[in-house]
Amino acid sequence: MTITDTPPGGDTVVAPTETTSKLGDRIFGGISLGAGILILVTLAAVALFLFVEAWPTFGADPGEFNESFVSYVAPLLFGTIWAASLALLMALPLAVGVALFISHYAPKRIAVTLGYFIDLLAAIPSVVFGLWGIAVLAPILSRSVYPWLEDNLGFLPFFAGPASTSGRTMMTAAVVLAVMILPIITAISREVFLQTPRLHEEASLALGATKWEMIQQAVLPYGRSGVISGAMLGLGRALGETMAVAIILSPANIITVNVISNQNPNTIAANIALKFPESAGLSVNRLIATGLVLFFVTFVVNALARRIANSGFSGADG
Amino acid sequence: MNSPKRRILAGAFVLTLVAAACGSDSSSSSSTDAPTSSNAAGTTDAMTETTDGAPMAEVSGTLVGAGASSQAAAMQAWQAGFQEANPDATVEYDPVGSGGGRETFLAGGTDFAGSDSALKDEEYTASIDRCAGDQGAINLPHYISPIALPYNLPSLEGETLNLTPEVIAGIFANTITKWNDPAIAADNPSLTLPDTTINPVHRSDDSGTTKNFTDYMSQSAPDVWTYGAIEPWDTDGPGGGEGAPQTSGVVAAVMAGEGSIGYADASQIGDLPAASVGVAGDFVAYSPEAAAKIVDSSERVTGPSGLDYTIKVNRTPDTADTYPIALVSYHIVCLQYDSQEKVDLVKAFMHYVGSDAGQAAAAAAAGSAPLSAEVQAEVQKSVDEISVAP
Repeated sequence: MTITDTPPGGDTVVAPTETTSKLGDRIFGGISLGAGILILVTLAAVALFLFVEAWPTFGADPGEFNESFVSYVAPLLFGTIWAASLALLMALPLAVGVALFISHYAPKRIAVTLGYFIDLLAAIPSVVFGLWGIAVLAPILSRSVYPWLEDNLGFLPFFAGPASTSGRTMMTAAVVLAVMILPIITAISREVFLQTPRLHEEASLALGATKWEMIQQAVLPYGRSGVISGAMLGLGRALGETMAVAIILSPANIITVNVISNQNPNTIAANIALKFPESAGLSVNRLIATGLVLFFVTFVVNALARRIANSGFSGADG
Repeated sequence: MNSPKRRILAGAFVLTLVAAACGSDSSSSSSTDAPTSSNAAGTTDAMTETTDGAPMAEVSGTLVGAGASSQAAAMQAWQAGFQEANPDATVEYDPVGSGGGRETFLAGGTDFAGSDSALKDEEYTASIDRCAGDQGAINLPHYISPIALPYNLPSLEGETLNLTPEVIAGIFANTITKWNDPAIAADNPSLTLPDTTINPVHRSDDSGTTKNFTDYMSQSAPDVWTYGAIEPWDTDGPGGGEGAPQTSGVVAAVMAGEGSIGYADASQIGDLPAASVGVAGDFVAYSPEAAAKIVDSSERVTGPSGLDYTIKVNRTPDTADTYPIALVSYHIVCLQYDSQEKVDLVKAFMHYVGSDAGQAAAAAAAGSAPLSAEVQAEVQKSVDEISVAP
């Protein structure tokens, strides 16, 4: 099997020499502690800001808006989770496949180059993905894919149509999101796959397993928690993605699983970006309250990811 | 991500202001000038002491505004024109949106606001605290932009589509769904309308354009358009259709989908044909002149000071020379500021914007409709009344 020369993070620890001063140790310890505290303070400040700014929404006169906060946020929450889940559904198998190819199948040179390009994908700003989605992907999908889906798979609620003529649909948005989260899942999966203990792999092969069986028996179980961590990080990014969705999606105030029409539930982040500039007064508070909801959802997703990642049998974590 | 960040920044900024000097309404403090003082400081020495009511004299300093993005293109022209005449003066404008602009203005963060809607009653009350003196702020309708209805029907190339208000409302309320609907055919006897499904495109972001367009439909076809003048289409509107962000998004969506029709700033629709709109039994194509007439035929609401120029737009003109779908965007300024320098700056800039040169510059840069002479005279009269708080 081939092992690339990418070093798993942190194997270059320099042993402290006898002469290292205690003072330097303490200063560095203090800086690290300060950094840790700063993160917590920042998080607390954001949470506090969201709470304070969102609060007026809940005490608001019911006549202020056409609908209650719950019925306002429900389609947005659904849209957020729906878009992110679809993206994950598309990206995860692909990412695991690419990671396995890089870690176990590709010749070293190809693996390094491919890994480099995947990482490069992560550096593209989301607005560029959005423009690509609307200018390139949407017209292609709306011309050739959506009408076909509607005609042939229209009996499924997902493809009930009517197919959008401009392609600004949930499916287009989800494909773009999938491309966006692909690199992060791939990178993390690749790292854990590379860390599979050689003994596990060799034991599997020694028992007569083919390469694919070895991967099933040794690599995938070992990398499971890492892949899940990567997937959750990707999901987190997809949940919070704003610009690409705001540019691509044609939003409506509905909950639907139909992914090819121009009536789509919007996502929370995109809705805030679209509505915020022209909002004033209570509408702003309401938008921030939806932000609070997103904050909690992301929080729950991260907590869940941590639980799953820690419960695995491997020690590798993303 | 941009907007929430801005909000946090704005919040932090307001906090700083409060911390820096409590009581921004007191005329003795310079707190309302805080954002500009550092910029203005360098030029204060060179400032010529202009007398009250002498707008033509050169002014200096920095004027800060924020608000409607609809005015952004015109504002660039105004900034250029004003700074050419006043090389020592700077005008900054942040197109954060109407709501954000009014909020920042009322918090004392800017000297004026650009807004697609006039101050609401409670905002006017807040402006009394924000402005020096006790007169509050006034609305000046400086920017009128015709809203066109671009459509994508290649089979009608070279022809003009006529739509009555009832048909327009029916299309956007999803009661008319095919282009060869008898209601459309009745107004276009010479056209062969295709059997295409209509895809009405609306703004997915909150927009003054949406508000003006829906106001038009609710006034001219109240039986068909029952949703009133709305801003967030997806929650308050009829549903259906396609949502697209910004004017450019709407235009792009109309271009992309055959059978689409949208509403957008007339100067931004490019090569797309625009429908002629039914007015007083006839059909009017959009033009800046026809759109400018809408202010003349509308009722003015003056507010407590008698100087305010808020327009209650009349969407059903009696004569067929007025194009009834236009966005009216205001500049919101205080009637009294706490320093002579600020008063001079505000007056000079607002005078320029309301002048023939200013209106022509906006028309050239943004395709807006220049104010008519009568309206212009009234608005300039209001600007003349801006003064230093006693």
